[in-house]
Amino acid sequence: MATGVAAWLPFARAAAIGWMPVANCPMPIAPRDNSKKQDELIILNVSGRRFQTWRTTLDRYPDTLLGSSEKDFFYNEETKEYFFDRDPDAFRSILNFYRTGKLHYPRHECISAYDEELTFFGIIPEIIGDCCYEEYKDRKRENLERLQDDQEENKDLKQSNLNFRETMWRAFENPHTSTLALVFYYVTGFFIAISVITNVVETVPCGSTTNQKDMPCGERYTVAFFCIDTACVMIFTVEYLMRLFAAPSRYRFMRSVMSIIDVVAILPYYIGLVMTNNEDVSGAFVTLRVFRVFRIFKFSRHSQGLRILGYTLKSCASELGFLLFSLTMAIIIFATVMFYAEKGSSSSKFTSIPASFWYTIVTMTTLGYGDMVPKTIAGKIFGSICSLSGVLVIALPVPVIVSNFSRIYHQNQRADKRRAQKKARLTRIRIAKSSSANAFLQGKRNGLINELLELTGTDNDDQKLIRTISLLESQHHHLLHCLEKTTAHEFVDEQMYEQNCLETALQTYPSHSPSIASQDSPVVSCCGCGAKRNAPLPNASLPPANPIPTHHHQGPLQELSALHIQSRDPLSHTTSRSKLNLKTDDSNRINCKSGRITTAIISLPTPPALTPDGDGLHGPLQRRVPLPPGRPAAPSIQTTTSSAETNIVKVSAL
Amino acid sequence: MLSAIWETEGLQTVGIVVLVFASIKLLHILGLISFSEDSVEDELELSAVRHRPEGLEQLEAQTRFSRKELQILYRGFKNECPSGVVNEDTFKDIYAQFFPQGDASTYAHFLFNAFDTDHNGSVSFEDFVMGLSILLRGTVQEKLIWAFNLYDINKDGYITKEEMLDIMKAIYDMMGKCTYPVLKEETPRQHVEVFFQKMDKNKDGVVTIDEFIDCCQNDENIMRSMHLFENVL
Repeated sequence: MATGVAAWLPFARAAAIGWMPVANCPMPIAPRDNSKKQDELIILNVSGRRFQTWRTTLDRYPDTLLGSSEKDFFYNEETKEYFFDRDPDAFRSILNFYRTGKLHYPRHECISAYDEELTFFGIIPEIIGDCCYEEYKDRKRENLERLQDDQEENKDLKQSNLNFRETMWRAFENPHTSTLALVFYYVTGFFIAISVITNVVETVPCGSTTNQKDMPCGERYTVAFFCIDTACVMIFTVEYLMRLFAAPSRYRFMRSVMSIIDVVAILPYYIGLVMTNNEDVSGAFVTLRVFRVFRIFKFSRHSQGLRILGYTLKSCASELGFLLFSLTMAIIIFATVMFYAEKGSSSSKFTSIPASFWYTIVTMTTLGYGDMVPKTIAGKIFGSICSLSGVLVIALPVPVIVSNFSRIYHQNQRADKRRAQKKARLTRIRIAKSSSANAFLQGKRNGLINELLELTGTDNDDQKLIRTISLLESQHHHLLHCLEKTTAHEFVDEQMYEQNCLETALQTYPSHSPSIASQDSPVVSCCGCGAKRNAPLPNASLPPANPIPTHHHQGPLQELSALHIQSRDPLSHTTSRSKLNLKTDDSNRINCKSGRITTAIISLPTPPALTPDGDGLHGPLQRRVPLPPGRPAAPSIQTTTSSAETNIVKVSAL
Repeated sequence: MLSAIWETEGLQTVGIVVLVFASIKLLHILGLISFSEDSVEDELELSAVRHRPEGLEQLEAQTRFSRKELQILYRGFKNECPSGVVNEDTFKDIYAQFFPQGDASTYAHFLFNAFDTDHNGSVSFEDFVMGLSILLRGTVQEKLIWAFNLYDINKDGYITKEEMLDIMKAIYDMMGKCTYPVLKEETPRQHVEVFFQKMDKNKDGVVTIDEFIDCCQNDENIMRSMHLFENVL
C-alpha cells in the first residue's frame, strides 16, 4: 500500500474528479470517515524521554505495534501517555520510520539489540532503506557466523556417544580431540615431510666413486629410496582408506579437494609398480613422478595458513581472472608494438609477435632478464612504457586479494581466540549457574529458618543473620519448592550428589550392612545412580559402621536440605527390622506432611549459632552425641524417633 | 653510415611521437577524455530550489480551506517534498504509488500540467492548494471547468478527438494489463466516440467549454459523482 504517501491520498482522490465526465456508469459510494476526530498529538514516553507525534503519522503503518490497537496495552491513564520501557535511542530510528517512511540502521547500535527493538515494535527489518541495508546485512551475517562458531564448538563438546566410525571421523577432522588423533596427525605430517625430502634429495648428485659423471643419489641408492618411498606410500594409502571408511558421506569425501590430492600423491607409485616392465612408456612414467610433488599439498591439512591461502584464492577468483585478462591484453598490445618497432633493426631477437611475448612478460613483471633487449630508439621508448604500465596493471587487483585474505585470516584468528577463551568462559558460566542454584538452596534454608523461628516464637539474634531476600527471589524459591514437592525429590548441590552416588555404589557390595540412609532413599535427593532401595533390606543388623554419607561436609557451601544424622549408639542394637520399617514409614509420612519437621540443620562455615548443637556439624562428622529423646531445648530439631536409643534424627527440609 | 641509420630511426621516432600526441588531442577535442576535474562538476544541476509558501492568512483568504486544514495539508505536502516544490518526476512517483498495477505516468503528466497553473515546471504549495480548493470545495461549475482544463491539453479552449484519445489512453494505462474483461486496443477509441457523441452537440469534431458544461449539467450521473469527494478532507 502506498502508506509512504498516505498524506497525498486526499489529493489523489480529489484529482479523480477528472474521470467523472468521461465515465459512463455511476460511481461507487465513498466510504465515510466516521472517526471525525481532529488529528491529535500522541505522547510516547520511552523510558522517560517523551516523543510526540501526530496520530495519523502512526496510523500509516497499521500492522505495527504503534499503528494498531496494540499500543493501547501500554496506555497510562493517569499521565495520558503511552509508556514503553525500552531504549530511547533505538526508538528514535523507529519513530523516524513512521515519519519518513524509511527505516535507517544506526551504525553505533548493536545489531541484536536493534533487531530486538524492531521485533518488539512489529517492524520487519527488510524495509530498511537502501542506504543502510548493506551495513545491516553485513553486521547480521557477522553475528550469525559468530553464533554458529559457538554452536559448533558446543557440539564438539556435547557428543559423547558416537559410534566407532563417527569417532574416527572426528579424530581425523579435529586432531586435538584425543591423544591418538594427535599422534596420528603428527605421524602423517612426519611422513609427508620425509616423502618430500626424499623426492628432493633423490635428484641431488651424490659424490661419484668410480664413474666419471656425478650420479644423482636416486640412481645410486635405488633400493634405499625405493624402500622409503614404499613406506611413505603405504602410510598414505592406509590413511586414505581409513578416511574413506570413516567419512560420513563417502561420495562427497571422494569429490573433495583433499582426497583428490591424496589420490594423486599415491597414484604414481602404483602406476610405476605396474609399468616397470614396459620400456616404451618409461618416459611417461618419469613424468608421472612429477606428481609426487603433490604430496606437499597434503600439508594443508596440517597448516591452517595454507588452508586460508587456498580459500582466499578461491574467493578472489574473479579478481585474479581480471588480473590475468588485463595482463594478457597488455602483453598482446605491447608485443605487437615491440615487434613492429624492432622490425627494422638487423639482428633483432624479436622474430615474431609470439617471440615478443616473452620480452613483454619479463618487462611488465619488472624481471628484466636481459636476454631480449630492444635496439631501436622507438623500441626502447615503447619498452619503457611497457615496463611502467606493467607495474600499474599488476598492482591494481592486489589490494582486493590482500583485503580478502586479511578478512578471512582475522576471522580465523577470532575463532582461535574464542576457542582459547572458551575454557574460561565455560568456567564463568558454570560458576554463574551454580551460584544461582546455591542461592536457591540457601534461600530455602533461610526461609525454613524463618518459618521455624516464627513458629517457635523465639526472637533471638539469629534472625539478624538471616539474609532478607526479595519478593522475586522468594517467589522463585517457592516455585522450585513446589517442584520438589511434586516430584518428591530435592535439589542438592553437586558434591552431595556425587557422594550419594558413591555411597549407593559402595552399598552394592554385600560386605557392608546397609545404611539407614539407603532405606530412606526416597527422601534423599536425586540419586540417579542405580541402587535406590525402598524396600527394607534383608540384613537386619544395625547401624552400620560407615557413617551416613551426608555427614561429609566439606567446603564452604554445603547446604544440605536433608540430613540424616545418625547418632550412633553402640548400646542399642535392638532396633529390629520392623522398627526400621516403622521409622521409614514414619519418616515418609512425616515428610509428606508439612507439620512437624520444618527445619534443616545446616552446616555453615561461620555462624555456629544457627545450629542447635552448634559444634556438632562442622567438618566430617562421624558420630554425634546421642540426643536424649524428646529434648525440647533445641528449637530446631525435633526428633522423630520415639523409643529407640538410636536416635535417628532426621531433619529434613521438607 | 651511422648517420643514415640514425636519420631513418630518428624520423621513425619523431613520426611515432607526433602520431601519438595527435591522437590524444583528437580524443580531447571529441570530448572523450578531459584533463581537468572541474568539468565534471559543471554538469551537476544546481540543487533544488527552496520554496516557501505565502503566509497562512493569505492562503486562507484565497482558498476555501480553514486554517487547520491548511496546516494538515501543508504538513503532508512538506513531508513528501521537503524542498517545498514538486517537480514532475516526483509527482509521477507519488501518483504511481497509488496505482501499482498500471502505468500512471502519462495521466500524472496531464494532471501535473493541470495543477501547474503558471506553467513553470513545478507545483508549489499554492498551486497544490488552489487546485484542491477547487476540487474539494468549489462549485460544480468550477469543477467542470477544471476538468475541461485537464482534458484540453494545449489549452486552446477546444477538446479535439486526439486530445481526448490521449487522455483516455492515459486513463486506461492506469488500469494495467490484468483487467476483466480484457482490455482491447480499440477500447479507448470507442470510449472517445461515446464521449464525443454525448458532448459534441453541433458535431463539429471539437468540444467547447459551453458544450461541455451544458452536457454535464444535464447528465445525472456526472452531477452526482461531482459531489462524491466532498468530504475527503
